[in-house]
Amino acid sequence: MNDSREKRHAIDMSALGRSHAGLSLDNEEIAINVNSLKLFYDDKQAINGVNMRIPKNRVTAFIGPSGCGKSTLLRCFNRMNDLIDGCRIEGEVTIDGENIYGKAVDVVDLRRRVGMVFQKPNPFPKSIYENVAYGLRLQGIKDRRVLDEVIERSLKGAALWEEVKDRLHESGMGLSGGQQQRLVIARAIAVEPHVLLLDEPASALDPISTLKLEELIYELKEKYTIVIVTHNMQQAARVSDYTAFMFMGDQVEFSDTDTLFTNPREKRTEDYITGRYG
Amino acid sequence: MSANNNTQVGWFRSGTPWVWISAGAVSISLVMVFGLLLLIAARGLGYFWPADVVAMDYTERDGTEIRVMGEQRETELVPLERLVDAGYQLENHQGDVERHLLKIGNRDLYGMDFRSVIEPDVKNRTTPDGVVVIERHEWGNFYGFLGAVKEAGVVVAEGDAARAELESRLERSLILHDEIKHIEKVEIGAVNYQLERLRLKQRKLELSNSFDAQHEQEIAAERAEEEQRYGVLQKKLTDLYSEINRDSVIVNSAGAREIEIDLAKIVRIYRPNEMGYGDKLQHYFSKLWEFLSDDPREANTEGGIFPAIFGTVLMVILMAILVTPFGVVAAIYLREYAKQGPVTRVIRIAVNNLAGVPSVVYGVFGLGFFVYFLGGNLDALFFPEAAPAPTFGTPGILWSSLTLAILTLPVVIVATEEGLSRIPLAVREGSLALGATKAETLWRIVIPMASPALMTGLILAVARAAGEVAPLMLVGVVKLAPSMPLDGNFPFLHLDRKFMHLGFHIYDVGFQSPNVEAARPLVYATALLLVLVIVVLNLAAISIRNRLRAKYQAG
Repeated sequence: MNDSREKRHAIDMSALGRSHAGLSLDNEEIAINVNSLKLFYDDKQAINGVNMRIPKNRVTAFIGPSGCGKSTLLRCFNRMNDLIDGCRIEGEVTIDGENIYGKAVDVVDLRRRVGMVFQKPNPFPKSIYENVAYGLRLQGIKDRRVLDEVIERSLKGAALWEEVKDRLHESGMGLSGGQQQRLVIARAIAVEPHVLLLDEPASALDPISTLKLEELIYELKEKYTIVIVTHNMQQAARVSDYTAFMFMGDQVEFSDTDTLFTNPREKRTEDYITGRYG
Repeated sequence: MSANNNTQVGWFRSGTPWVWISAGAVSISLVMVFGLLLLIAARGLGYFWPADVVAMDYTERDGTEIRVMGEQRETELVPLERLVDAGYQLENHQGDVERHLLKIGNRDLYGMDFRSVIEPDVKNRTTPDGVVVIERHEWGNFYGFLGAVKEAGVVVAEGDAARAELESRLERSLILHDEIKHIEKVEIGAVNYQLERLRLKQRKLELSNSFDAQHEQEIAAERAEEEQRYGVLQKKLTDLYSEINRDSVIVNSAGAREIEIDLAKIVRIYRPNEMGYGDKLQHYFSKLWEFLSDDPREANTEGGIFPAIFGTVLMVILMAILVTPFGVVAAIYLREYAKQGPVTRVIRIAVNNLAGVPSVVYGVFGLGFFVYFLGGNLDALFFPEAAPAPTFGTPGILWSSLTLAILTLPVVIVATEEGLSRIPLAVREGSLALGATKAETLWRIVIPMASPALMTGLILAVARAAGEVAPLMLVGVVKLAPSMPLDGNFPFLHLDRKFMHLGFHIYDVGFQSPNVEAARPLVYATALLLVLVIVVLNLAAISIRNRLRAKYQAG
């Protein structure tokens, strides 16, 4: 754990030295490209033209006061907003070089590539094994050997294997909140997504579970592009490489995390991170 | 204001009176429910107890002295004036008079099974030894004394020797009786079924103009085979009948009239006055078992009610099988797919109101739509060979189940919708986020999680359907069904057949019976059984629900 912290610090320091005026993503590969994205609930506009480039294999955090549109923006990346009546979207979101709002896009396939973890742990009322197997079974994978292997790998990837390996066939509902959230992450990574969206994943967890989850996020970015929405600024500072501050549907500032927290460009960002509102 | 007044106000404000009132309401409901169950249990279950037979000298209203003997069934107090008005001589009497209802049996001698006697006119009440009660297939019970046993018209035993002789011979005749019943109902029934099938087959071929010599030969051969089987059975039956009619028994009634009863007509002989407590208990349970497992006799006033139990349970199960998929699919569409708006609201109101339509209206609908329209058309399309006799165009168990399925549909829809609406959005989103389609999410996550609510709907539906009688009288229930809807003849389940039902049985025995006094305890016993059947069906459904709940418990 100490080791990982130091490593992260080193990255942060270099980022700090590099950019003062604006953000340079020149050295980064871009995973998600958001192009003048606007979102309306009926007539009410919730996102006012966001442009954003989210780098690959990094953790990007969205912060901002309640109702600023950060969760809504996150849910645009796997088209979860499609489920809401009266929700309308303009603009483009490009993932893996494809506009996900294009006509030919298979939403089901998109959601396989872009996994999501929600605020409250939501395991299915099935066994731990079947929870993780769910996404695979949807793809028609029935081979027991393949399933066993992927499930072990996913649970290990979510740092849950050691705690549950002897009770894989007990209900997932019987786990603690933190374990449930890691189970949900295991379930999400079992289908090998490219992007992992985390919507306030620690808000229902106790401090120790939160800490474990943050460590896990740090490990997961080796393999996945992670976008995390959080209320908790310390958490954003701890886990993320880049941070976007949103306010009233606007993207106010997007920068590498250290710059945003130590030397924000915008007055509104500074007010928020120093606790003047939010 | 005094302090006293303040405390009173405080007592009201504290809510204590409301607690008392609501607790009172709950206890009154409980007392009523248990009182009801206790009443029907006490009245119904007492019927099977072999009461002592009392004999007495009795002075009739016109002064003639007779000897009566029977089971004392009921005793009530009657005002003196009413009896005097009725012509009884009761000059020296004061106050209310006890009147007893005696089951005297011997309907063939007296023309009635029951009579009442008033206490002041009774003399020399005894419980004589040696009284035999003979349960018969016809004419009800006989109460009297054993005279002699005869074989082929010749007396073979008399007095005490007759007792042992009778027992062994009765055993033999009961075995023969079972054999005859089996041949008549099952084996000859099967032959008849096959002959009817052949007739229909031939008729069908004739109708399609493809009845040629080859077919004729085949059918004739099969028919000959069946007829040969019938001949064999008939011969066997004739032998058995002559066997069973060999023995008879001479008995004397209380009034010293002698009659001869064929052993073939006797179900059971017992001597209640000589039975100990253990014997009576044994007799009690054997009667109870007969009630549960046997066919009815004597216009439903004797024997058992097994066909009615079976019919009720089968009809309810068929109803559940029909209503569940229907209601669930409708609820899923309404809750998950239909756009929520004024139209769905109107549909929902309409569905809820369907639950309030009187059940007999559904019966009328079932008769008009299912029986006459659907059944009539089915007959015309698929069973023209049976015409003019209807196959499905007549009331039957399928139409009854369907009618009740429609009757209980609103309950299932409402309960399932309720369950679906309670599945948290988070779980649905979790499934969708993994790349499941809406239908996959429904099948794999939402419906399993809503299944306990579905079972709740089904429990309510079963409770309502099992007790419903009025619509069934129009669409399939009969007083006495010649054959059960499930039997050994292919295709085993005969959905076109009429059936018996406990609820209708209560009505029939209670109101349509020629022998009201004999039927009354049976009404209670049948009612108790109906309640028990519903309880058992519900418990089964509840245990399934609890299992589902444990499995899909939502965190």
